[in-house]
Amino acid sequence: MKILLLLVALLAFSVVAHRLGRSRALAGASSVRDLHSLPGYYGLYAALWCALPALLLVLCWISLEPAVVERMTIEALPEESRELDDARLGLLVNDIKNLASGNIVSREVDPALQAAADHYSRLRRTAFMALVSIVALLACGGFFWAFRRISPRLAAIHRVERVVRGLLMLGSAIAILTTVGIVLSLLFESIRFFQRVPMSEFLFGLEWSPQTALRADQVGASGAFGAIPLLTGTLLVSALAMSVAAPVGLLSAIYMAEYASDRARKVLKPVLEILAGVPTVVYGFFAALTVAPAIRRFGESMGLDVASESALAAGAVMGVMIIPFVSSLSDDVITAVPRGLREASYGLGATQNETIRRVVFPAALPGIVGGLLLAVSRAIGETMIVVMAAGLAANLTINPLEAVTTVTVQIVTLLVGDQEFESAKTLSAFALGLLLFIVTLVLNVIALRVVRKYREQYD
Amino acid sequence: MTEPSATLRHPLLQTDAIAARMKKRYAAEKRFRLLCMLAIAAAVLFLILLFGDILRKGYTAFLQTEVRFDDLYFDPTLLDPLGTGSEESLRAGEYVALWRQPIKAQFQPEGRQARRQLYGLVSGGAEFELRDRVLADPSLVGQQMSVWLPASDDVDMLLKGHISRDLPEDERTVTDQQIAWIDQLASEGRIVRRFNTRFFTSGDSRDPEMAGILGAVIGSGLTLMVTLVLSFPIGVAAAIYLEELAPKNRWTDLIEVNINNLAAVPSIVFGLLGLAVFLNFFGLPRSAPLVGGMVLSLMTLPTIIIAARTAIKAVPPSIREAAYGLGASRLQVIQHHVLPLALPGILTGTIIGMAQALGETAPLLMIGMVAFIADLPSGPFDPATVLPVQIFLWSDIPERAFVERTSAAILVLLGFLISMNAFAVWLRRRTERRW
Repeated sequence: MKILLLLVALLAFSVVAHRLGRSRALAGASSVRDLHSLPGYYGLYAALWCALPALLLVLCWISLEPAVVERMTIEALPEESRELDDARLGLLVNDIKNLASGNIVSREVDPALQAAADHYSRLRRTAFMALVSIVALLACGGFFWAFRRISPRLAAIHRVERVVRGLLMLGSAIAILTTVGIVLSLLFESIRFFQRVPMSEFLFGLEWSPQTALRADQVGASGAFGAIPLLTGTLLVSALAMSVAAPVGLLSAIYMAEYASDRARKVLKPVLEILAGVPTVVYGFFAALTVAPAIRRFGESMGLDVASESALAAGAVMGVMIIPFVSSLSDDVITAVPRGLREASYGLGATQNETIRRVVFPAALPGIVGGLLLAVSRAIGETMIVVMAAGLAANLTINPLEAVTTVTVQIVTLLVGDQEFESAKTLSAFALGLLLFIVTLVLNVIALRVVRKYREQYD
Repeated sequence: MTEPSATLRHPLLQTDAIAARMKKRYAAEKRFRLLCMLAIAAAVLFLILLFGDILRKGYTAFLQTEVRFDDLYFDPTLLDPLGTGSEESLRAGEYVALWRQPIKAQFQPEGRQARRQLYGLVSGGAEFELRDRVLADPSLVGQQMSVWLPASDDVDMLLKGHISRDLPEDERTVTDQQIAWIDQLASEGRIVRRFNTRFFTSGDSRDPEMAGILGAVIGSGLTLMVTLVLSFPIGVAAAIYLEELAPKNRWTDLIEVNINNLAAVPSIVFGLLGLAVFLNFFGLPRSAPLVGGMVLSLMTLPTIIIAARTAIKAVPPSIREAAYGLGASRLQVIQHHVLPLALPGILTGTIIGMAQALGETAPLLMIGMVAFIADLPSGPFDPATVLPVQIFLWSDIPERAFVERTSAAILVLLGFLISMNAFAVWLRRRTERRW
């Protein structure tokens, strides 16, 4: 909150800097014509110099301050607390922070803890005061440096544009930063997981029951971290989803691209788009409360034993969710097939259906495959529907009437609610996340490449 | 479509074999066409089914059964134990007794169990509602007036027909005795379904009849605000750079591939990123709309960048060249000409991205926005939840009354989404321009 106030103050100061810079440029020249750039650029020049370095400092402070203050608090702790292992120390630090901010603390408040908390809040206050003074100094310094240099001959526009260009480039670099952030965060936690559980067990183990004991001598002290049941579950649900989405989506796309009149198209396309815009949590609710019981009742009337959270319910509903995705991608690809190919086929006496199946479809096939791959990657990464409708039991089965669990379901169950510090259980979620990321990334890269290559073919 | 024999004029070709084959081919054509239509029909049917089902389940939640208490006396000895009329004293008042006494006097229940059943007809939240009312207007103390209080969820469900009266007594949550009381109240006109304002004006609660979506709506609003503030400028900046300024080299190629890939990364992975980086590394508060907004903005960035690039690309080069010809600098051209012309397209893409962010659930589960929070959040640093997560939380509760609320919350969420998308479509139609 205090940071926001500081930023507002900085903004106000740079507005003042803008006015001052502008008027200095105008004062130095006998008329506007003597200026190298428009007067506003001199203002911007001063404002940028005033705000940017200070902003940079604030960013650094936000990212480093918590860690530094924590380190300093730990160093000021009594000897015996400092020698605790990482997990206990983490809990202690948490309590100190909670005490300092007036929250509930999980242990008896003794004088040492109170002292540490006081020390912590003192440190934070000092750090913030230091920040305010340095920011003020930087802002003033930057402003005066720029202000002194402002003269009618200064090429302010070039300097301002260089900065703006840099900022724009920074914006586009966020995409890379995000990817790097994803990879690094997943990788670090996964490496810590693989130090506890060997990678071979994770990749090839047939049993998943992520329980870790609190004490070493407890029964079942080591959980089982074999990802195979999760992978088969994920594949089963995705396969069910694709067996709904691929035919329906593809045939709808063919209808819209080849048969439908313009008016029908104008109505049908938005309808399918609505299907794509429905949040996944709504599909999950529908799957869990309407589709799953319906399938169960139907199965019982046929004498089948259906689990109340069956893979079929989740898969079928997920398939519906993906229909618009498949249909809009295939629609694009099918309409991109040149007219000439179709007309040549009609000219040889083929019916519309024969043309579609023998000419248009083969020509569009690479693009359609690319689209389907993207759809598969989406099915694999889909979370809410399976969380709500597919269940938690890690059964190694390919029977769609049984309950299965998927990679995404396990990530959610492992990370929602109370987490243990540094346990293999919590870390395994990141290993699963890494697996998920790699699988979907490979699928996406292949799919995007296929789609792009295909598009260029007819351009 | 004419008969096959009529299209083949040449007499030599009119053999039976050819006619039969033509017939088969046309039949196949018809079959295929029908199949395609069936596929579309299936998709549309499902959509109708989905909406119909949720509407059917949810519309009743907009009405709530309430019980009228006639001439309820706001007894000062109960409500103002200290006798000072101060807020402290009014807070300590016994509001439960306020409504329990008259209803007890009317029905004379015998024994503790009967009393508990009788009190079970009215929501456990009634006393807090009375307290809030008195705190807002202390002059009520000592007055006599009739008051509507929410009935408990079981009564509500019974009257809405979700609990069947035909079931044997031990299989339903309402006893025969309670049904008799309810019928008597109803015959006196004291049990009525009224518009459920609580659903729109209160936060989450364990009691279905007291639970509302306002907390989640505010949380969603705050989260979306953070998302918009972050992703709109960054997205537009990235699009401008890539479309107008960037040289064609490996670096920009890398960025392009990256953006396209990010658009297809599962949303839950963004949640893991938020958990590992924003919460564990930077130590930002858990469950806060600030962090939620940051995660969602990373997720919607690709959407906005792609839409903005398309819009910028659609601005014809002649406009840029005219501006250059008049001596404008590169950034002036962008600022004065390209951006204003591309803005409607960019806004459309942004609204669609925001709609996506509004419906997103999974990444927010990772950063702790699933906590039970009854208070209304007042800023981006407060713990909060969002509408889709609220739906997820409620859908997990076994009480029958929450099914209805969940569906109603879904209806509200869909209402928001549809109006956002409709606005985007309207904006696109209105500002569509052909060069």
